[in-house]
Amino acid sequence: MQWETVIGLEVHVQLATKTKIFSGASTAFGAEPNTQACAVDLALPGTLPVANEQAFRYATMFGLAVNAEIGKRSVFERKNYFYPDLPKGYQTTQLAEPIVGPGFVDLELEGGRTKRVRIHHAHLEEDAGKSLHEDFAGMSGIDLNRAGTPLIEVVTEPDMRNAEEAVAFAKKLHSIVTSLEICDGEMSQGSMRFDVNISVRPKGQEKLGTRTETKNLNSFKFIEEAIALEVERQIDVLEDGGTIRQETRLYNGDTKKARSMRSKEDSNDYRYFPCPDLLPVIIDDDYIESVRKQMPELPEAKRARFVEQYGLSDYDAGQITMDKFAAAYFEAAANISGEAKLTANWIMADLGAYLNRTEQRIDQSPVTPELLSGLIVRIKDGTLSSKIAKQVFEAISNGEGDADTIIETKGLKQVSDTGALEKIIDDILAANTAQVDGYRAAAEEKRSKMLGFFVGQAMKASKGQANPQALNELLVKKLNG
Amino acid sequence: MHQLTIAELVKGLRNKDFSSVEVTQHYLDRIARLDKVYNSYITTTPALALSQAAVADKRLAAGNAPALCGIPIAHKDIFCTMGVRTSCASKMLDNFIAPYNATIVDNYLDSGVVMLGKTNMDEFAMGSSNETSYYGPVKNPWAIDCVPGGSSGGSAAAVAAHLAPAATASDTGGSIRQPAAHCGLTGIKPTYGRVSRWGMIAFASSLDQAGILSRTAEDAAILLNDMASYDNKDSTSVERDVPDYTATLNDSLKGLRIGVPKEYFGEGLNPETAAHVEAAIKIYESLGATIHSISLPHTNLSVPAYYVIAPAECSANLSRLDGVRYGHRCENPKDLNDLYMRSRSEGFGDEVKRRILVGAYALSAGYYDAYYSKAQKVRRLIKQDFVDAFESVDVILGPTSPSPAFQFGSKSKDPVAMYLEDIYTIATNLAGLPGLSIPCGFVENKPVGLQLIGNFFAEAQLLNAAHQFQQVTNFHQQTAPGIE
Repeated sequence: MQWETVIGLEVHVQLATKTKIFSGASTAFGAEPNTQACAVDLALPGTLPVANEQAFRYATMFGLAVNAEIGKRSVFERKNYFYPDLPKGYQTTQLAEPIVGPGFVDLELEGGRTKRVRIHHAHLEEDAGKSLHEDFAGMSGIDLNRAGTPLIEVVTEPDMRNAEEAVAFAKKLHSIVTSLEICDGEMSQGSMRFDVNISVRPKGQEKLGTRTETKNLNSFKFIEEAIALEVERQIDVLEDGGTIRQETRLYNGDTKKARSMRSKEDSNDYRYFPCPDLLPVIIDDDYIESVRKQMPELPEAKRARFVEQYGLSDYDAGQITMDKFAAAYFEAAANISGEAKLTANWIMADLGAYLNRTEQRIDQSPVTPELLSGLIVRIKDGTLSSKIAKQVFEAISNGEGDADTIIETKGLKQVSDTGALEKIIDDILAANTAQVDGYRAAAEEKRSKMLGFFVGQAMKASKGQANPQALNELLVKKLNG
Repeated sequence: MHQLTIAELVKGLRNKDFSSVEVTQHYLDRIARLDKVYNSYITTTPALALSQAAVADKRLAAGNAPALCGIPIAHKDIFCTMGVRTSCASKMLDNFIAPYNATIVDNYLDSGVVMLGKTNMDEFAMGSSNETSYYGPVKNPWAIDCVPGGSSGGSAAAVAAHLAPAATASDTGGSIRQPAAHCGLTGIKPTYGRVSRWGMIAFASSLDQAGILSRTAEDAAILLNDMASYDNKDSTSVERDVPDYTATLNDSLKGLRIGVPKEYFGEGLNPETAAHVEAAIKIYESLGATIHSISLPHTNLSVPAYYVIAPAECSANLSRLDGVRYGHRCENPKDLNDLYMRSRSEGFGDEVKRRILVGAYALSAGYYDAYYSKAQKVRRLIKQDFVDAFESVDVILGPTSPSPAFQFGSKSKDPVAMYLEDIYTIATNLAGLPGLSIPCGFVENKPVGLQLIGNFFAEAQLLNAAHQFQQVTNFHQQTAPGIE
């Protein structure tokens, strides 16, 4: 049987506010346990929440970026359950009246296909603390630094049909929130966490199959792996005549295995009700417009601008604007060298490969936009062949200085001087008389192919430093006698 | 000295008739000597009180001290006090010391008010008799075998027994006004949002409001001046200027339109209580007020609506008391579930457990619409009754409580009978309106309370009406038997 996969995502995005959503404590990552938890975060008796306006501003920005309706009236509710890292015994979240209503995101996939994924809604809520199960000899430790960190939970419609689409959506969402600067995008620190709802159904069937939810995936790779694994599991179960149990699952990225965490029957009755400590928040059109005006440029707008302003191809512009740091790097470098296309190529190829290999971020690249553009200027003015430029790039990345210094100290300057090139060519022609005769006897259309032999010899003799264009011209001139 | 009202103490301190240290010491001595009988305090803070009094005396000597500087009062043990245990009369918080003050505690500290101690109450303010306290019941100074009312029974008994000139209190469904009625005091619950809830341990957040128990309306006005404030730490606090509540106390009541709801005089009201309330109406007429019969048609729904909404909110508010971070934790928990179950089973009393259960039930899947949603709809109707009534009257008048203070144990086995104690006071909380109780007579030597309900933020008008009543009556000047 042919199976179709149906995927919906719920994404927790930590907002980059300085303080928590309902208290004045810092949200900075990595502090000593419980040093960033104030009386409100600890849920001491008598303390009260006050909503952080910046969280609303960020959520509104997000809503505008995904073409959503903004909830003019949003209401916080209490979601009741007991867990040690949930200090109040309820999570303050939004349910019936969220800040962001229905919207959509358009994806570009391999082969130029496009796909629209609808956003069901996105709501504001507080993060829980962390339970630490190691190092406490049979007990658990609680760190409440994260408790009260603002989140938006983005809920999609079940519009994705395979892992490629789900990952493309995840990447797109990452690109949107980081471009808006409302989230630092540090997935390894839990800044974005993905819950993936997966079901399968016979191809052509309208009715959705029973879904499972794989929770808390924090890398694109894990999303892809977890989907592949779960889809395979579900198809196996169904093809063996079994049924899928609605359950929550956990995927372990180290072992590449998943396990059931709890079934729907064990799920809590959360007893939601509107939080009486927080009044409904009313947002008007003026507020929305003021947020719109403050919004940083979104990837799509930037992409169009790069095509227009720098003459990049749509594809290249799309690649570079996917990451806001890459886009910033590109603009800085292209503005110095004035060579946009070449800059884009170097960023996507050599620089990208180097950063990947050394696991560095482009905004912290030792090869700065200034250094890269210094190199590009020397390629453009003919000082460096593209082959030698790669050597120079490597030297720059090793911290040996800027392009000009390296060219100077290593003597890597391209030989364009006609006298020096003539000497090399004359020597080669003299040493290879048979090939010269062959060339001269050949028909015109075959000659260009035979020219390669002489170019190669001459390049070798010049240690790669001959200017290929000048070399070609001289060779042809001499061979043609 | 303990016969003096706060207004008189304020004058006396400025005339140097006595110092704050002397007044404070006098009250501390009385508490030490007499409170064994009443059990009105959970915690007394003599050393702290005397040091605060000494500082107050310096401020008074330097001149320009705030009106209340040097005046000792007691705080209900629901208000967090930095460094001093705040138990909410529960075993659960028997060991809890807050690292912050409630905003109202800070407001009074700024004014130089001295804290004598923390008063007894029903556990987590859940009760109408002060019988649910972990620290034992409070006795009514007027009738030692009777309850003082609740939940602010300790504050009421302390003021009635002259163990404090006044006390702070809180009112979720009548917890200030009903004890005021039973103990012959003036008690005011301001408009919801007038007084900050920061640091006041929550029972039902949308209903809780701090207020005052005092001997006179004038004292209540002086105290409310400093208690009321806008507080950006409380999202439900209303940003609105606080008037000088003493400035209008002596305004004439000529032309004041008083509405008397017929629903407040129906079945269940003690006939003698009714007679005293009717006599009070005559007194208001003689002061120039006009009396209008009105209807608050949804009155009979206020108790059922309240006993869904308040428990629903409390079921979530009390979830933080889980034995994990502070408060009571059971011995040797074998796992997390055991820790939760035993800590909470041991830490909470029966009435608290009953309300948590009722609240969790009312919010649970399948019952939410039938209970919680419906109760919220009823709440809107009750509020609308008042909004409609205040189009034609200025103040609403009726009894505070259906009958005078009852004997210990007489209602504690019957929760519904106990809940009906608050039948006239609950609607005010559901609507968010200010309400006040003043003494208007005695039945079998036990005080009877007269309730006045005002429009939103009309505290000054209520206090004016109460003060004018007290200018021509002496019910508020009577002291309980045995109080020398």
